Parts: sequence; C-alpha cells; structure tokens
Amino acid sequence: MPAEARTLVELSGRLRDGRTTSAEVTERCLARIADRNASLNAYITVLADTARAEAQVADRELAAGRYRGALHGVPLSLKDLIDQRAVPTTAASRVRAGHVAQDDAPVVARLRAAGAVFLGKTNLHEFAFGTTNEDSAYGPARHPFDPDYSPGGSSGGSAASVLDGMAWASIGTDTGGSVRIPASACGLVGLKPALGEIPTAGVVPLSATMDHVGPLCLCVEDAWLVYNAMRCEFEPAPLASRGVKGLRLAVPRPYFLDRLDTEVATQFEDACAQLAQAGAILEDTAIPHAGDIAPVYLHIVLAEAAACHAATLESRPDDYTPNVRIRLEMGRYVLAEDYLRAMRGREVLTREVDAALAGRDALLLPTLPVAATRIGEATVRLGEVDEPVRNATLRLTQLFDITGHPAVTIPCGRTQAGLPIGAQLVGARYAGSAHLLQVARAAEQVLATAC
Amino acid sequence: MQVDSWLEAALRDADRRGLPGLRPLLEALARATTALRAADWNVALDATGDTGAPAVDAR
Repeated sequence: MPAEARTLVELSGRLRDGRTTSAEVTERCLARIADRNASLNAYITVLADTARAEAQVADRELAAGRYRGALHGVPLSLKDLIDQRAVPTTAASRVRAGHVAQDDAPVVARLRAAGAVFLGKTNLHEFAFGTTNEDSAYGPARHPFDPDYSPGGSSGGSAASVLDGMAWASIGTDTGGSVRIPASACGLVGLKPALGEIPTAGVVPLSATMDHVGPLCLCVEDAWLVYNAMRCEFEPAPLASRGVKGLRLAVPRPYFLDRLDTEVATQFEDACAQLAQAGAILEDTAIPHAGDIAPVYLHIVLAEAAACHAATLESRPDDYTPNVRIRLEMGRYVLAEDYLRAMRGREVLTREVDAALAGRDALLLPTLPVAATRIGEATVRLGEVDEPVRNATLRLTQLFDITGHPAVTIPCGRTQAGLPIGAQLVGARYAGSAHLLQVARAAEQVLATAC
Repeated sequence: MQVDSWLEAALRDADRRGLPGLRPLLEALARATTALRAADWNVALDATGDTGAPAVDAR
C-alpha cells in the first residue's frame, strides 16, 4: 500500500484531516492496477474515469466540511458478481455477455452513500461456483506472492486487489467460504457476516438461502469500518478493544482438525498457545454431526444453483466454462426429497453450532486445511489422502454458510515458503458481527501479523 | 426413489444428453445422497414418523 498509510483506518483519518486527498490515493491505486493487473488478472473491469470523478466529488465534499463518514473518498473494489449501476456484472461468465446493471445493489448504494470510490469489478470463479478462481471466462486471477498460485476463490480477484495495493478493501461474496478462503490464502481479514445482516439483492445468486456479502480487508479495524458502512453506519464508534484476557474460545477439534497440512496444524496450534498465554480460555468442543456437513451443503447448493441456471444451461450451455457447467448440471439431478432432507440437516447443524457457542465468545478453527494451492492443482495431499482442492478448501468454512453464523478469518502465520495461514473465528448468530469483530481484533493483536 | 434407481436413471439421462463428464459427478452425488439419507436425524424421521428435533429457534 502507499507508504503514508498502512490501513484503511489510517487512510480514513488522513482523508478527513486533509493530509491526503481521494484523488491522490485513487490515482495510486489506478497506477498500481495499470502496473500489475496484466500479470495478476485481479480486475475484469477497471473504472478509471468514474473513479477519478467520484474521487473529485469526495475531495470537494471533504474540503467543504460535508463529511460522510469513515469511507469517504476511500477507493474500493467490487467482486464482479455485485451490481454497480451502468457497469456490466459479468459473474466471470460469457453467459452474462451484454449485461449492464440498471441500478446499484443495495450494498453498493450504501457504500456509495458512505462516499466510497469504486475502482472496478474484480475477477472471480465463474458465478462464484468454485474456490480457486481458475474457471473464469477472463482467465484465472493470480496470487500476488507468486503468480503460479491461486489467490483462492471465489472472490480471488478481490483478495489479490487488496493484497497488492490495487484497492484499500474489497466487497466479496461467501456461499461456502468465498470471502474467507481467498482472504486466508492471501493473509487478509475476511468477514462473512451473519446470514441476513447484509442484503444480497443485486448480487447474482448462487444459493439463495446461503449467499452472504462481506468485506476483504487488511486488518480487523478496516473490516469494522466497511462492515458498518454496509449496514448504513457510516461513522461507527471505534471498535471496542476488550483484550484477549478472559475470552472464552472453543476449538472444535473432531473433523475440523482431523486432516490438516502439517504446517497449518503447527501454526494453528501455535496461535492457540499464544492466545492462551495471553489469557484466553481455550476449551475443546465438537459438532456432533460434523461428518454430515458436506452432504448437507452439497444438496442445498447444487439444487439452489441449478434452479438459477436451468434456463441458460439449456439455451447457452457452451457459454459456461466446462467445469462450472458440469457441476451446475449435476444440481439438476438432486431430488426434492433430498433437498428437504438437507434442509433438515441444516437445522440440526445450526443447533449444534449454537450449542458449541453457548457461554463462549467464539469458536476458533483454521480457515483452510492448506495454504494457497498452485493453479492447475487438482488435489492436495493431506496425510495419506489425496483430496480434491475444492473439497479441501470448503471443508472448514462451509458449515457457517449452512448455519448462518458470522465468521471471520484473520492471519495467524505463514508456511516456510511464506504463504499465509488463517485462523477462523465464529460468533453467535444473534449477536451479529459486532461482538465477533471485537474478539477478532483482540486475537489479531496477539497474533500480530496483519496490522 | 432409491439411490440406486435414481443413479441409474440419472446416468442414462446424462448419456442421452451427451454429457459423459457428468458420470463421475453423479456417482459422487449418489454417495453423498446415501450418506445424507443415512444421517440419524433422517433415519429417525423416515422410520418413525416422529417430528424429530424442533425447528431452529427463529429469534
């Protein structure tokens, strides 16, 4: 990021007191995009002219004392699954060719009202139906640390844009982990708010009952500001810093810690030890039906995605990337009785996560069982098992899209090769994301890798 | 519909539609469906007609 500010929080203060201008920071992001996007493929559409115009408006308002809030003049990127008025929403698919959004999605309208500047639309796994960003009509987004690696997905372009200084934060979507997976793979903070906290209207649906919208940011305080703006709280109180001492964190070991890359396992246990040493109270817990998570998830997401895509699978099958097309086709064979069985399993799993959280501040588990994977890698070896990358990368995140609990990933270490590793915190459904972000901020200060 | 019968029909339909790439995915889905139906909450529901566990509290 630009040398004078390391985080969105810092940038926000500098914009407010006139030490920098939105035009300056927007130009820096656009210059970075011009320099790096050809190799990282983070953006599908760059909106240089409108971003400059929005920045000038923000600067005029700020100079005139018409302060809109913490995001006033801050340049953001949007996953190209979310409608921005007068801009194509491609969903990274040829199926969407010719589309131009008539209106802003409500979440975009809120960010616009907050004074944000929109730099462009970021690359994704086609229709958000994948975790690597490899199946995109625009080619894969690439990891800023090493372009041979995937930044994760489906919001991979969003993560790459933030990590590489091409935006100060990004708005992604999460149906099985698509905010948290790329955030973890890129060493960022990624928040999936509680189900229903943030409107999903104006977002191309994948799974109507599991879709979430959330921010990818450089640190938890940045996520706090963006999350609040997405809820129309443009000038939120500073994120309360309660410290780690006395925090009650539950680690669901069975299933979630059973099959991890050894470096991920080591770094996660180190993080647990650091938090305990700082005064957190760590206890083990379990989700009794965790073994049923994948079948429950699969039957819901496949059926709901197929319902959205049935017409275009018939009329324009060759406009999908082959892998996404064939997985969507699979959903057309799910029986109604099995969809309803899965919805019943959803209730069971939701109660079990509620129970695991009773009397605790958060669940604590790894976000991904592996660090970033190489582009083109079909499987990862975990212990004695070769597991498909898609299954492995969804395994620790998809439960909380099923249940709707808010979940956030924060950086907790790196592999010997320097690839980031993330820890996931999960909060109570009824508390929204505010308490969870307080817990995440406290943990972040102990783990001290992000900000 | 039993899973075996469903899979047989699904594979036949996929072949008819010229989608041979679906075969391994449908076989994987069949395994997932078998696991889903074997989950104890479904077994209880299907076998006894009991209402099973209460719905999620909608607070």
